[in-house]
Order: sequence, then structure tokens, then C-alpha cells
Amino acid sequence: MILSQIGYYSLVFVLAISILILFYCFKQLKFLNKNYYLNLINLNFLQSLLVVISFSSLIFSFLNSQFINRTVYENSHTTKPFFYKFSGTWGNHEGSLLLWILVLIIFSLLFLFTSQKKEKKYLTLTLLFQQIIILGFLIFTLVTSNPFDIIFPIPNEGLGLNPILQDPALAVHPPILYIGYVGCSIIFSSSLAALMSQSVNGNWASHIKKWAIVSWIFLTVGIMLGSIWAYYELGWGGFWFWDPVENVSLMPWLTLTALIHSLAVIEKKSQLKGWVIILSISTFVLSVAGTFLVRSGILNSIHTFANDPQRGIFILIFLFLLIFLSLVIFFKFYKQDLNLNKLTFTNDLSILINNWFMMYFLSVVLIGTIYPIFLEVINNTKISVGPPFFNKLISIFLIPFLLFMGFGASLGWLKSNFKKIYLQNVVLFFVSIITSSYLFLFIGDKGLFLSLIMGGSIYLFLATIRDLIKKNKQNLSQRISHFGFSLLVLSILFNSIFSEEHNFNLNVGDKFKLEKETIFFQNISMTNDKNFKKVEGIFLIQSNNYKDIILKPQLRIYNQPVIITSEADILSTLYSDNFIVMNKIDDSNMFNIRYQKKPLMIWIWISTIIIVLGGTLTFFKDRK
Amino acid sequence: MYGKKVKLRFIFIFALILITILTSYLILNNLKSNVVYFLSPTEISNLTEITNEKLRVGGMVKKNSIKIDSNNINFVITDFSNEIIVSFSGSVPNLFKEEKGVVAEGYLRDKNFFIANKILAKHDENYMPPEVKEALEGK
Repeated sequence: MILSQIGYYSLVFVLAISILILFYCFKQLKFLNKNYYLNLINLNFLQSLLVVISFSSLIFSFLNSQFINRTVYENSHTTKPFFYKFSGTWGNHEGSLLLWILVLIIFSLLFLFTSQKKEKKYLTLTLLFQQIIILGFLIFTLVTSNPFDIIFPIPNEGLGLNPILQDPALAVHPPILYIGYVGCSIIFSSSLAALMSQSVNGNWASHIKKWAIVSWIFLTVGIMLGSIWAYYELGWGGFWFWDPVENVSLMPWLTLTALIHSLAVIEKKSQLKGWVIILSISTFVLSVAGTFLVRSGILNSIHTFANDPQRGIFILIFLFLLIFLSLVIFFKFYKQDLNLNKLTFTNDLSILINNWFMMYFLSVVLIGTIYPIFLEVINNTKISVGPPFFNKLISIFLIPFLLFMGFGASLGWLKSNFKKIYLQNVVLFFVSIITSSYLFLFIGDKGLFLSLIMGGSIYLFLATIRDLIKKNKQNLSQRISHFGFSLLVLSILFNSIFSEEHNFNLNVGDKFKLEKETIFFQNISMTNDKNFKKVEGIFLIQSNNYKDIILKPQLRIYNQPVIITSEADILSTLYSDNFIVMNKIDDSNMFNIRYQKKPLMIWIWISTIIIVLGGTLTFFKDRK
Repeated sequence: MYGKKVKLRFIFIFALILITILTSYLILNNLKSNVVYFLSPTEISNLTEITNEKLRVGGMVKKNSIKIDSNNINFVITDFSNEIIVSFSGSVPNLFKEEKGVVAEGYLRDKNFFIANKILAKHDENYMPPEVKEALEGK
């Protein structure tokens, strides 16, 4: 009771302070000669303190299983392990919104502290936009999804957290993703502020680039964690399914990646200003839209939308206002600067071209994701868009994209020594064509197209390796990230071409013969764990080509709510993953088994880590 | 006639429009061939002809209808007014159970027989395909 009230009232105070800050921001803008800056910092600090109190009280309600709180009641249970009680705080709509607000406010404070030397007008404006966003989310939370609702009479036991979410990777996935999303809010506010105070320049670009890279790192790691989780927990044996929930996290990632590259162009050449602003706006809008789509339940079924129209409509209005506000500011303050004559055949041109390719990828993902929603609203037809749509449309333009990525980076910023670069790249290009045609012989039946993409990624791979071993260590972080990307594309390609999947049903003690392997279902054992019963199957995989493998996939029967989940067992090596998952089908004695071999699977994660590593390195370089 | 700058801008805008048209054509064309429609057993029984396109059928798994051998799983999807036999070879999700909601993806052999190559069940044990819900609520 008391915890919920502390939480609720501190949130109300946060709202009051937010309004106060807005007031001071306006005052500061009106009387530029006076200095309210100290007030602003103090208020922001107080606001952060209160929101931390509010969030902690929700965490404590979860830890102590205070079922008087509706959110706790609906999403927790006394027998749940401590760690998942804790992570259950943000495993639901209400709590995750509070987390979003917490990160928003703390980020604004961090921004204020780290950029005190900047121009006053620009800072105040950034703060103003930031507070508008905070205010919007606060009203939304308090009105439609209050995490501190109380229920009478107090229930004895909670409903429990969906067991599929009781997993370490998924427990940390939302906060990390949110830090990425919320980082985009700073970019959004700051670019609008810079536009209004006429300070979109190289200086601003290098200042905001740090924020962009931090958000990008968190977003990338967040997406990767979600993907790893889907791989071992959902038992589908893949890492990316073009599921709407995945797509909405990929969309801001695409615009953010494009943004980081365009910021580099502003930094060096003071061009593409309008484009950068558009990218900053769309990144944040896509982040908000993403959270909204995932959390509102629209994506699972449109009918949830009808159950709680208030929520959906509120955030739609908020999104619309945000877009409207930013467009008005954009058209009012933006002066055209794109001068086509200035674009020469240098690095910035290749960046611009690849930016356009990324916008194309974005529109493919966007259309594939929202078209079904759109159609259902219009004429109640239910459709889904399958992975072939995305794979086909994206891979077509992946080839020139990869080529530009490899080629563009070797062009200089100002003038290129054309002959030398030309020769080097032609050599690399031929090497990659030869390698990919050699590979084509192996995968002949899978198509020419795949080997073309392969050629492109081998080219990028070679080009980045060449850049990595170069003597001057300029742009080291960019080179590492690009190298990681080429590795990622290569491992995804190999993985998708050479993966094997077998599905069959077996009784305990039976064997199943595959072409090169035999799978022997030896035994099952049952044990009791804290909040689930564990059924473990023991499988022996024998083959002439390698040593015997024993894999032990599990079925977990959770007590509250009663749900069966299956835990895949995976043997990962540097060459290949052996993946097995079993399911029980109703009352039958047979188990449904899926066995997969996934070559180079682990390299998909490793290369993503390399990409992120490249991003992190920018910060160490600056220290020197 | 026109200055070099104007000419350049004209070419630029023309190229932009051309690219936009081409890509939208490409995307929309692909969308058409990759869309999977969702039908209920009743909607299937009302079909006038059997399509060769990939479909999704949703409903409840009928009680006592699951039959298993070493390669196939056969069961019946019902929406309580019509039903369809589904034959499936592959791995089923954990929430696949008799008298629970299910969505099968695959091809129609005829109006009463569906060959599925994918079975989907939602992450939530209380999930019910919207059609089934509507059908149940209608009763």
C-alpha cells in the first residue's frame, strides 16, 4: 500500500516538475540575457531523484510480492526466482513505460551535465523538447497505464510471469533496447534545437555523434540479445524470422546507422544538414512507434487494440503531434544547403548512396510490417507477409550496397588518388568474383543470385581486411565495424545455404536414421526445480564423420501459470551448431523432435560483437 | 536555354521520381506474391475454387483428433461450425494441444484436407485465433 502510494505520488511530482521546467525553459528563451540555467539543472536533478524513487518502489513491490499492486498481481508470483521478480518489473506494459520515463529523465540530466559549454539557447531548446517528450509519456502513463493501481481485496497470489520470458537474455533485453531508443530522443531534441538556433554544423555533429553512437551500441546489443533468445528459447532454430516485433526494432536501427554515417559527412564537409535532421526525427519517431506497437498488443492481434482503445489512440495522437511539431520546425527553419555540384566522387557520395539504400531497406521492412495492420483495419482481411518478401527485396540491393561499402571507404574525404585506388579495388573485385564463382560450383543448385551476394560480401571482407592492416590507424573503429558487417553477411549466407533441418516423431528408446547421422533417443529423466518440473531427454547423435554427441533438450512444466516450454540443447563449435529441441504432443507417447545443423552459427553473434566493438572504440580514440 | 544548374537539378529530380516508381513497383509486386491470407474452416468451405496459394487456417484443435506416426501429425481444425483435416510433418510448438487455438500454414488439397508445413501457436496459453473467438462469441 505505502509503496504504491510513494511510487504514485513521486510520479505526480515528476509531472509537476516537468511543467515547471517547461516554464523556465520558455522564460530562458524569452529573456536570453538572464540565466536560469542553475534552476534548470536543479529541477532536472530533483526530477531524476523522484523518478528513481518511483521506479524503486515498483521494484520493491515486485520483490516483496505486494499483490495489492495490480501490476505486481498480474505479472508476478511468490514462487518465482528472485531475479525474475526483479526483471518482472519491466516485463509488462506499465512497468516498461515507467522504465522508459526513468531512462528519458536520466538521459536528459546526463546531457545537461556533459554539454554545459554549449550555447545557452541550444541547450535550453534541447531541454524543452526533451521535457515535452517526458511530459507526453508521463501523462500517458498516469492516465492510461498507471503502474501503481491498487486492488481490493488483496489477492493472496499473483498470476505469474509468462515462463517464456523467464530467461536471463530476455530479462536484460528490454532495458538495453530502451536505452538505445531513449538515446534517440536526445538526438531528436538536440537536432531540432540546433536547427532552431542555427547551429547545425561540424561542431554540433561531432557533439551529437557521441550520443548517436551510444544509442546505436545499445540498440545493436539489444537486438542481438533478442535474437539469441529467439534462437534457443523459441525452438524455431533460426535467429531472425521477420516477425513484426523484430522488424520494429530493426527500423530505428537502420535510420540510426544511416544517421551516424551522415553525421560524419557534416563533421568533415558541412553537407547533408537537412538529411541529418530528417534522419534524427525519423529515428525517434520509429523508436516510439516501435515501443507502442510491441507494448500495445496491436501486433499480436488488432483486437487487443479495440479492448483498450484509449491507450492506442493516446499514443497515436502523441506520435502525430511529435511528427507535426518536428515537421513545422523543419520547414520553418531549414535552409536548403544541398548543392549537387559540390558532391564529388569521394567518400561522402558513397555514404549518401548507401544512405539511400538503407532507406530502401527501411521502406521494405516498414511496408512488410504495417501492411497487414493496415489491411485488417480497412477491410478486415487477415494476412501475413512471409520472410521471402523481405529476403528477396533486401538481398537484391544488398549487392551494390556491399560494393559501395567496400569501395567507398577507400575513397578519401577530399580528393582521391584515383589511379591507385582504382587498381587495388579492381584486383580485389576479381579475387572476390573468382572465389564466389568457385563457391557457385558447390551451391550451384541454390542459384546464381546467392553467389552474387557472396561475391559482394567477399569483396567487402577483403577490402576491410586491406584497410585494417594499413599503417595509418585513422578510422579504426569504422574499419572494425565494417569488417564485422562483412563477416556477418558471410556467416548469414553460409548459415542459410548449408543449414539442415529434420523433423520427426520418436518414442523413448527408438532410433532415427538420417543420411549421415543416427539419432538415438536414449532416455528421459524427471526432476523438480524451484518453479517448474523438468523433463530431460537424452539423445545420442552418431556419425562417421565426428565423435558421438550427447544432447539433452528439456521440457519445463511451469506451475504458475501452467505452461510448458521447451529448452533447446545446442552444441556450439566454431564450425557449426548442433541444435535439438523436443516437444510432447498431448497424450501420445511420442515426442516431436527437431534436429538442426547450423554451420557458422556462432559467427553471427561474434560478428555482431565485432560491429559493436568498432562503435565502442570511437570513445577510446577520443580520450587520447 | 537553361543554365547548367537547372539542368542538373532537373535530371536529379527525374532520376529520383524514376527510382521511386521502380522501387515501389518492385515492393508492391513482391508483396502481392508473398502475402498469406488467413481463413477459417468456414471461409474455406465457402470457397468457390481451390487456390494453389499458400494459406493460413486458424481455429481450435478438435478433441481426440490428434494422430501421430513417425513422420506425420494429423489433426482436425474446427471453428465449431465447420472443420478441416490437417496433415503436418514438422515440429509443433509447445502450446499445440487439443482444444486450444492453432494456426496452420500450408496448401489446400481440397476443401476438407489441408497440407501444412508450419504450425504456429501464440506465446500465450489463453490466445485464441480471432475468428474462433468471434465464432464462439456469436453462439
